[in-house]
Amino acid sequence: MSATDLKRPVAPGVRLGRVSFVWRPWPVLVTLLLAAATFLVFCLSIGAGDFPIGLPRVVATLLGRGERFDTFVIMDLRLPRALAGLVVGVALGVSGAITQSIARNPLASPDVLGITQGAAAVAVLLLTVSGGATAAVTGSVGLPAAALAGGLGTGLLVYLLAWRRGIDGFRLVLIGVSVSALMQAVTTWLLVTADITDVARAQVWLVGSLDGRSWNQAWAALGCTLVLLAVVAGAAFQFRPMHFGDEVAAGLGVRYSAVRAVMLLCAVLLAGVAVSAAGPVPFVALVAPQVAMRLARCPTPPLAASGLVGASLLTGADLVARTALPAALPVGVVTAAIGGPFLVYLLVRANLRKAA
Amino acid sequence: MSAVTRKPSAARPGAGVAAARRRRVAGLGVLVAVLAAAGAASLAVGARALSPGEVWDGLFAAPGSDQRLTQIRLIVQTVRVPRTVLAIVAGTALGVGGALIQGCTRNPIADTGLLGVNSGASFAVVSAISLFGFTSPLQYVWFAFLGAATAGAVVFGLASIGRGAGNPLTLALAGQGVTVFLAAMTTAVALSGRQSLNALRFWNAGSVAGVGFRVIWPVAAFVVVGLVLALTVLPAVNLLSLGDDVARAVGVNIARSRTVGIVAVTLLAGAATAACGPIAFLGLMVAHVARHLTGPDYRWLVPYAGLLGAVVLLVCDIAGRLVARPGELDAGIVVALLGAPFFAALVWRGRLRTS
Repeated sequence: MSATDLKRPVAPGVRLGRVSFVWRPWPVLVTLLLAAATFLVFCLSIGAGDFPIGLPRVVATLLGRGERFDTFVIMDLRLPRALAGLVVGVALGVSGAITQSIARNPLASPDVLGITQGAAAVAVLLLTVSGGATAAVTGSVGLPAAALAGGLGTGLLVYLLAWRRGIDGFRLVLIGVSVSALMQAVTTWLLVTADITDVARAQVWLVGSLDGRSWNQAWAALGCTLVLLAVVAGAAFQFRPMHFGDEVAAGLGVRYSAVRAVMLLCAVLLAGVAVSAAGPVPFVALVAPQVAMRLARCPTPPLAASGLVGASLLTGADLVARTALPAALPVGVVTAAIGGPFLVYLLVRANLRKAA
Repeated sequence: MSAVTRKPSAARPGAGVAAARRRRVAGLGVLVAVLAAAGAASLAVGARALSPGEVWDGLFAAPGSDQRLTQIRLIVQTVRVPRTVLAIVAGTALGVGGALIQGCTRNPIADTGLLGVNSGASFAVVSAISLFGFTSPLQYVWFAFLGAATAGAVVFGLASIGRGAGNPLTLALAGQGVTVFLAAMTTAVALSGRQSLNALRFWNAGSVAGVGFRVIWPVAAFVVVGLVLALTVLPAVNLLSLGDDVARAVGVNIARSRTVGIVAVTLLAGAATAACGPIAFLGLMVAHVARHLTGPDYRWLVPYAGLLGAVVLLVCDIAGRLVARPGELDAGIVVALLGAPFFAALVWRGRLRTS
C-alpha cells in the first residue's frame, strides 16, 4: 500500500460538533429521487379517476390555488384515500426496515411479530361473529380501532414472551412466528365457521384495502405516523451500527438494548397504525426495505429510502387497482402482484451482474 | 426427553459418543412406540367412539351379515384408516421437509411453505374450482399437486439464475416473491365467485379427513421418492450447515446437494399440501424440537423430525375430533392452536438452539 492510498480515504468524513459521519452522496441522491418519484405517483393517483385531472392542476390545487370544482374533487374525495395510502406505505416501509435490521433476517417483517395477524384475528372476529348489523356500525369507526388494539396487543404479547433478561433477535422472531401462527389459526377457524356473506367482507379486509377512507382516518394515521417517525429519526443515528452485532455496537458506544427497544416499539406501532388504516396489506414491509437497500447500495435497509419505496409502491398499487384493472380489486392484491415479481427481478438482475 | 444430548461424558469421549448414539436410537424407538399408540387411538376416537375390540373387528373381521359389525367395518376401513394413514404420511413428509429446508437454506425460520408450494397449491385449487366448478377434493387434488410442484420449480429456477445459484438468501426471497404473488392471485380469483371463496376457506384450514386411498397412494408414492432423496443428501446437508466455504473445501458439490435437497422438499411438501391443504408451522416446529433432541446432526435430526411430524399431526387430528364434538376442528387449525404455545414455551425457556 503506497502513501497516496493512505492519504485518500474511501469516502470523505464530515464532522459537526460531536456528530461525525461519512459523506456518501449516492444514498442521499437515491433518497431524493425516491422522494420525487413518490410525489409524482401521489399526484398521478390524485388526478386519476372518473373525472381525470391533469398533473399541473393537481399540484396547483394541493398548493391551494385550484379551481373550485377541482378543489372539491381532490380535497374532499381523493386526497384522504391517497394520503392514507401514502402514510400506510411509509409506515410499512420504515417498520419493515427496522424489523429486518434488528432480526438481521430478510424474511423478518412486522408480520413476523404477530401484529398483522393479531389485528386480522380481531377484525375478522368483529366482521364475522357480530353479524351484519353491528359490523356496519363497527366498520366505519370501531374496526380500525379494534384492529389497532388487536395488533398492538399481539405485538406486546410477543415482546413480553420474548423478554428474558433482554431481547434476543432470534428468540423474538421465533416467538413471533408462533404467535402469528396461533392468530392465523384463530382467523381460519372464524372463517370456516362463519356465514359466507361475512366471509366475503372479511376477505376484502384481510387482503388490504384503501376503499372509502375518510379525512378522520387519514388524519389519525398521519398524526400517529409523524410522531413515530420523529422518534425513529431521533434514534436512527445510534441505530445504524447495530447491524455489526451487539458486541461491536456496544464497543462503538451504542446503548443497544435501549435503542433496540425504542426502535422495535416504533416498528410495532407503525405496523399497527398501517394495519388499522388499510388492513394487512401484504409484502410492502417485506419488499420495500429490500428494494431500497439494493437501490441505495447500502449493506442494511436504509430507513428513509425504505419508507419512500413503501409509499410509492402502495400509492402506485392503489392507482393501478382503481384505474388499470377491469374489476376494482383491493390494493393488497396489486401490491403483491407488483411487489413479488419486482423483488424477483431485482434478485435475478443482481445474480446476473455478479456472473458477468 | 429433555436431557438427551446436553452432557456428553467428559472422561472418555468415545464412550460419550456411544452413549449418545444409544440414547438417540432409544429415542427413535420411543417415538415409533408413541406413533403406534397415536395411530391406534386415531382408529378408536371420533364421533362414534370404538372399543379396542371393535377396532380389531373393524379391521380384520370377515364381512358377514351382522349389521353392527358391518357398520363398524365401514367406519374403520373407509373413514378412520385412510385419515390415520394420511396423517402419518403427511406429517412425516412435512416434518422431514421442514428440517431439510432449514438445513439447505441455513435459515432457522424457513418453513416448507418457503418454496411457494402452499400458495401454488392454493392457487391451482381455487382456479380449478372457479374454472371447472369442482367441488370434491378428489377432483382438485391433482391440480393442487401440479400447482405445488410448479411453484416449487419456478422458485428454485429463479433462485438458480446467474452466479447466486442456490444461495439460501436468494431462494428465501424468491420464494417470498412468488408466494405473495400467488396468494394475491388466489384472493383475486376467490373474490370473484362465492363458490370458490367458500371452497378456499375450507381448503385453507388444512385437514386430513375426507380423502380415500385413491388419493393417498399416489401421494404416498411421491412422499417415498422425496424421503429417499432426502436420505441420500443428509451427510452433505451436515456439511452445508458449516457454511458454503467449509463444505466446498471438504469436497461437497454444493449446487448439486442443495438441488437434490430442495427437490426433495418440494416433493414432500407438495404431496402433503395437495392431500391436506396448507398445514403451516408443523415443519418449522418439529424441526426445532428435533434439533433440541438430537443436536445438529441431520442424519439423526431428520428422522426424528419426520416421526415427530407424524405424531404431532395425528395427535392434533385426534384432538380436533374431541374438542368440537359432535363437529370437528380441522387438523391444520389444531396444529397451530396447540403447537404455537408449546413452541413458544420451548423458545422462551431457551431450549432451542439456532443450529
